[in-house]
Amino acid sequence: MSTGATDARRYTKKDFESDQDVRWCPGCGDYAILSAIQKTMPDLGIPRENIVFVSGIGCSSRFPYYMNTYGFHTIHGRAPAIATGLRLARPELKVFVVTGDGDGLSIGGNHMLHVLRRNVNVTILLFNNRIYGLTKGQYSPTSELGKVTKSTPMGSADRPVNPLSFALGCGATFVARTVDRDVRHMEEMLKRAAHHGGAAFLEILQNCNVYNDLAWSALYEKESKLAHELRLEHGKPLLFGPPDDRKAVVMEGAMPKVVPAGSVPSGALWVHDEKDLNAARLLADLWVPEFPIPVGVLTAREAPAYEDVLLEQEQRAISERGPGDIAKLLTSGDTWKI
Amino acid sequence: MSETMAPVKGAAKPRKGLERAVVRFAGDSGDGMQLTGEQFTTESAWAGNDIATLPNFPAEIRAPAGTLFGVSSFQLQFGSQRVYTPGDRLDCLVAMNPAALKVHLRDLKPGGLLIVNTAAFDRRNLDKAGYPSSPLDDPALAERYRLHKVDMTVLTLEAIKDLPLNQKEKERTKNFFALGLVSWIYTRPLEPTLDWINKRFAKRAEIAEANTRVLKAGHAFGETAEFFAEHYTVEAADMPPGLYRAMTGNRALAWGLLAAAERSKVPIVYGAYPITPASSILEELALHKRFRVRTVQAEDEIAAVTAAIGASFGGAIGVTGSSGPGIALKGEGIGLAVMAELPLVVFDIQRGGPSTGLPTKTEQADLMQALYGRNSEAPVVVLAPATPGDCFYIAYEAVRIAAKYMVPVIVLSDGFLANGSEPWLIPDVSTLPPIDVRFRTDQEGFFPYLRDPATLARPWVRPGTPGLEHRIGGIEKQDVTGNISYDPENHDHMVRTRAEKVRRVAQEIPPTSINGPATGDLLVVGWGGTYGSITAAVERAQGEGKSVASIHLRHLNPLPPDLGHLLREYRKVLVPEINSGQLVRVLRAEYLVDAVGFNRVRGLPLASDEIHEAINQLLGST
Repeated sequence: MSTGATDARRYTKKDFESDQDVRWCPGCGDYAILSAIQKTMPDLGIPRENIVFVSGIGCSSRFPYYMNTYGFHTIHGRAPAIATGLRLARPELKVFVVTGDGDGLSIGGNHMLHVLRRNVNVTILLFNNRIYGLTKGQYSPTSELGKVTKSTPMGSADRPVNPLSFALGCGATFVARTVDRDVRHMEEMLKRAAHHGGAAFLEILQNCNVYNDLAWSALYEKESKLAHELRLEHGKPLLFGPPDDRKAVVMEGAMPKVVPAGSVPSGALWVHDEKDLNAARLLADLWVPEFPIPVGVLTAREAPAYEDVLLEQEQRAISERGPGDIAKLLTSGDTWKI
Repeated sequence: MSETMAPVKGAAKPRKGLERAVVRFAGDSGDGMQLTGEQFTTESAWAGNDIATLPNFPAEIRAPAGTLFGVSSFQLQFGSQRVYTPGDRLDCLVAMNPAALKVHLRDLKPGGLLIVNTAAFDRRNLDKAGYPSSPLDDPALAERYRLHKVDMTVLTLEAIKDLPLNQKEKERTKNFFALGLVSWIYTRPLEPTLDWINKRFAKRAEIAEANTRVLKAGHAFGETAEFFAEHYTVEAADMPPGLYRAMTGNRALAWGLLAAAERSKVPIVYGAYPITPASSILEELALHKRFRVRTVQAEDEIAAVTAAIGASFGGAIGVTGSSGPGIALKGEGIGLAVMAELPLVVFDIQRGGPSTGLPTKTEQADLMQALYGRNSEAPVVVLAPATPGDCFYIAYEAVRIAAKYMVPVIVLSDGFLANGSEPWLIPDVSTLPPIDVRFRTDQEGFFPYLRDPATLARPWVRPGTPGLEHRIGGIEKQDVTGNISYDPENHDHMVRTRAEKVRRVAQEIPPTSINGPATGDLLVVGWGGTYGSITAAVERAQGEGKSVASIHLRHLNPLPPDLGHLLREYRKVLVPEINSGQLVRVLRAEYLVDAVGFNRVRGLPLASDEIHEAINQLLGST
């Protein structure tokens, strides 16, 4: 991908702030995400005009208006398909898709499946707040079973989807999770996702303080975060918990299990490997209270991007038979003179 | 079928000259009738005739053998005069099995030529077709038609008995026996079929040999069999001079896009989901990557249209194609292109509906969907090709208008145009109007919704252009600045502006061409694939001295600027359509004229006979 990374221009966060007033509710987790993304942009080394943010519908999808880049705020759920067409037309552009749990996993679930399996070179940021915010508080496909909302006064009957397991099931080559209240980790994950050479899926656990406040409280309060967060780092063992109560995630047969860290010989620890897809699948399912909550890069594997394969075919067709010539085509094959 | 005796040179049997003939090959899905018909069409093109074809096949891929619903047919009319339609009634029917006879006999003219393959008329096949006894034994059949019972299977096997093929492979060539025989009857050259056989089976010499022998055996059978007392010639038609090729509607749409990509120097991204009868456009485009036409077989119809819109946002020409059910799904996406004011071309290859309807049959019932089938006020340009070859020009024109006005353009083709073919005079590409795409790069005074005073188009900016970073989307925009706006007056202004932009496309429409007198008793107004049937009917009525003219609309939104005036130059207006009366409703609403519809919705093209009858009825009732 040539996105002009050698460009000498030096940007600051300010260069990526648009002149539009930000219209999210005060206290919304989206503010922190916006700030982190604007702050990360200069580090990507990509000229501003080569960056496009595409979104669907929902609170998160207002995002492009606040970025001083090219942007397209489209229709509900379709951003991955729009981004696919854009990449095919303009492979030199850096394309981000901003979506939410409703936009990306309910109405747009089908497009999410296909953009991931095709491995289109786009960076997908899925803001997961487990609720429909813009429509004022109905349950979402990631809401927990039995959730009481305006549309489910007696509790939802739907079992939730796990975004990370979904993405892995679709064959995503990059799958990661971060949290809106951990700015440094968020910035690190944004950079990793943006630099991936295929479809990158980053779930950002985000707080809707109006309709679903503290849905991710396990990772918000300092003590709880320390107790439950499992930081995934390539080549490092799966250890978590406070220093006085350190725990390890290990394999027992085909099942993960939490044990006191001291009970495991260092050679028997589960060492995180981003290339290990099976491990990523097991990690994606871990959740409190039985397990810690993994954050970080579950998997990052290299595979040819969809548009690169197609454009290579186009180049091959041109180099083998020359560029198309309509006048020649019209007179090819069976013709006759009158 | 008008017949005149023509001098015969060196032929063993007398030849009669015909002005035109209508032939239909009918058999089981597995009998190769489409191929037989296509080859007979090529032979007729070589003979210099004008031609119109009507392939007709079941929706089932491998329908059970011998059944009525498994019958597949291919009809063509060829003539020494202009041929506008595949013909209403048949001069010659080839029935390869009892089911084909049962389904198609009703279309054969009394006294018409009926050729049946007797080998297929066994008890099993008769039962499947619902014949208690063999219809061939009914003396009435031979009285009503010129019946020729030929055991094609036995004659085929005999011709190739020494070839190293199995029984099944041998029997499969019997369609070439029928082709050879009918080629003899109508004095068609065998060369194009022999060429085709050699190319198609270049790697399987024994199959090529079998087909060649069987084709020649059928031809020789016509010459020697006692009961074919005569055969026919159809002289070359008087067509404009030039280089011709056979053209189907879907291929013409695809090639029109290739021409547009070449002339505009802008790549085309075609998003589509497989659907009958539009899939062959995707397949055709996928063959031509050298033209920088990029195809996406999308996950669904919505992704197909939105991928095209994403491409347009990126500065390519986004195109999507489908049939009615798919267009319904694309509605919201088309609305986005209306709102974002991006170029988009949408092919709708109409088929029988609603819902799944009649996937392989034709219809014209998506006009209202094209005009209005979206939420809110979402006007788009609507074009409709008149013939298979016209699809080329319409596709090209759709791209030109979409790019010039920054609007979606819907092209209404149909199943009949898509699969039907005609001899097509190959155009000189340099004579096509230019497609002048100019991307804005100037930062000075730039706003995303600044408008061109003539077209009202907003500037098209390719992402990647420094200094012009901007955001667009589906939320209402303030005119000029493109900022989000919920202002009531601005919304009213934008609704009118989007409509006015589409209305201004009228300045692209040439004066309407009238077939007949400029004023008179009756004007027949048509659109789309009914062009041939209407023209044939109108010319027949004109030949009878009636004061009738016809016009055929290629622009359905906006309508031609001279249309309102034209409609008032005739005492009556007749609008034949393969729907329940959609254009007629538009014309009545738009122009307050008392236009009358002629409507049949059978999944088939309108017959020119019935339109002729409707013309007479309307004139008679004055």
